[in-house]
Amino acid sequence: MSSKDPHGYKKTLSSPYTGVKGWIDSRLPLIRMMEAEYLKFPVPKSLNYFWSFGGIAMFCLIGLILSGIFLGMHYKPSAAEAFNSVERIMRDVKFGWLVRYLHMNLASFFFIAVYIHIFRALYFGSYKAPRELVFIFGMLMFFLMMGTAFLGYTLPWGQMSYWGATVITNLFSAIPIVGDAILTTLLGDFNVSDATVNRFYVLHWLLAFAIVGLVVFHVITLHMTGSNNPTGMEPQNWDETLSFHPYMTIKDTKAMVLFFMLVAFVLFFYPNIMGHSDNYIRANSMVTPAHIVPEWYFLPFYAILRAIPDKLGGVLAMFGSIALVGLLPWLDTSKVRSCLYRPIWRICILLFALDFFVLMYMGAKPAEGIYVIISRVGTAYWFLFFLVLAPLVGYLETPRQPLTISNFLRDKKALN
Amino acid sequence: MSEQNTQRRDFIKLASMTLGGVGAASLAIPFISSMQPGKDALALASTEIDLSPIPEGQSLTVIWRGKPVFIRHRLNEEIQSAKETKLEDLKDAQEDSSRVLQDKWLVVLGVCTHLGCVPLGQKSTDAKGDYGGWFCPCHGSHYDTSGRIRKGPAPTNLDVPPYTFLSENKIKIG
Repeated sequence: MSSKDPHGYKKTLSSPYTGVKGWIDSRLPLIRMMEAEYLKFPVPKSLNYFWSFGGIAMFCLIGLILSGIFLGMHYKPSAAEAFNSVERIMRDVKFGWLVRYLHMNLASFFFIAVYIHIFRALYFGSYKAPRELVFIFGMLMFFLMMGTAFLGYTLPWGQMSYWGATVITNLFSAIPIVGDAILTTLLGDFNVSDATVNRFYVLHWLLAFAIVGLVVFHVITLHMTGSNNPTGMEPQNWDETLSFHPYMTIKDTKAMVLFFMLVAFVLFFYPNIMGHSDNYIRANSMVTPAHIVPEWYFLPFYAILRAIPDKLGGVLAMFGSIALVGLLPWLDTSKVRSCLYRPIWRICILLFALDFFVLMYMGAKPAEGIYVIISRVGTAYWFLFFLVLAPLVGYLETPRQPLTISNFLRDKKALN
Repeated sequence: MSEQNTQRRDFIKLASMTLGGVGAASLAIPFISSMQPGKDALALASTEIDLSPIPEGQSLTVIWRGKPVFIRHRLNEEIQSAKETKLEDLKDAQEDSSRVLQDKWLVVLGVCTHLGCVPLGQKSTDAKGDYGGWFCPCHGSHYDTSGRIRKGPAPTNLDVPPYTFLSENKIKIG
């Protein structure tokens, strides 16, 4: 087989390794792939700790799947048994409380890690060409994460589970004409019921593994372009890069140890701090809790939903606010990536981060009086940021000349 | 291959791919159908309710098809305010008379038409909203004494379920 391949397909059986390793690698080239992508993979020298949150998020996902598998061995997905089976996990199953609190709190910390990860992408311009697909896969994952978290929150069959599920599934009834048909198809009944919790359990698993699949695409696309860095400049030569191992593996390990120490602190001392006490009351389809709030990570989007005084409009604004983030690579017109060199856009992004927290606070408050007004201002800024500021600032602003990675590090060293 | 053969091959390719695609897509029909409410859920259960124990000015909540139904024994002033409301003040214009069979009894589904919460106002201690009917605590919709939406994000009035009077003091819902 030395002549030219007539099918235009090239492959090589020869492995860089010998022995058993070589035998496996020449048949399943995973070993050489892992070595290339996770040991030798060159990353810019100038990465800061913001770049550890992708890895942290991945370990949160692994922890969630692991704890989910063991929870699933005891949980019963039916309206009659769900609540009691969760209580049994908490009281009777050996270490059940730990497995469940781990699952609950890791979900929250997964969102914390991902929100920091997204902020990093926005601030340092990681979404810009040629990393648009990395960003799109990331936002798709975020969307699936929200779906998975919502489905999972329904499963304990507490009051917040039930009414949260009712409110969110009713969003679909806002769709003209087919809305109600979609709603009953989704619920399998005319209200959230036994059929609903059963299918939500299956879909919770399905979406979790869909996220795993997207992680693979996220990483493949990232490894085609290589990591961005605080300067937003591509490395000019090999001297501006380091191999992933041991430099990043050790740096990420340090960040992870600190992050998971915080997880452990919350897990062991305040395991319910990010939950709602009403969810320890069994679901009752006749009584809506006086004040329904979603989990904290949904609050900014919930505030946007409530800020619009129209049912369909509110639903469209909520989904639109998430979709717009995914379009940012094309909405932002600037050639410069990093906010370090973009004086106006930097302020816009920091205000956007502030807006996120303001909306989060508003989402937790009742929809009345001043809270509605502030929610509307916050919602207006959200849309203004993507639809007006992103295209406009790129034209109007005069960015500074970004430093090369070497000069950036030299200046940083001089400062210290 | 001749020109004619190429065209024939293209056609066969296209036709078989279309047929295969339609066949695969039609698999969605049984799958999606299986997600819809089953025959047990569809079996439209009916509920008979004795109205005599409900004093004037008070309400009863009953369950029908897994959903709460509000039955309100309306006071004269409630009936009057419902009748006197001008249609142009209503978001979802409906006469009070088209929403009741007998003026003193209002029967509506206790499901907010916004996002499906159960509005407050059944208990005498509940907040009844600005129009003396019901108030949904989730997103602040106010309903009047005819169960019509007056303020807030809900798009339509509280639904009136199908019901009939079996006798003076007995109704059958469903």
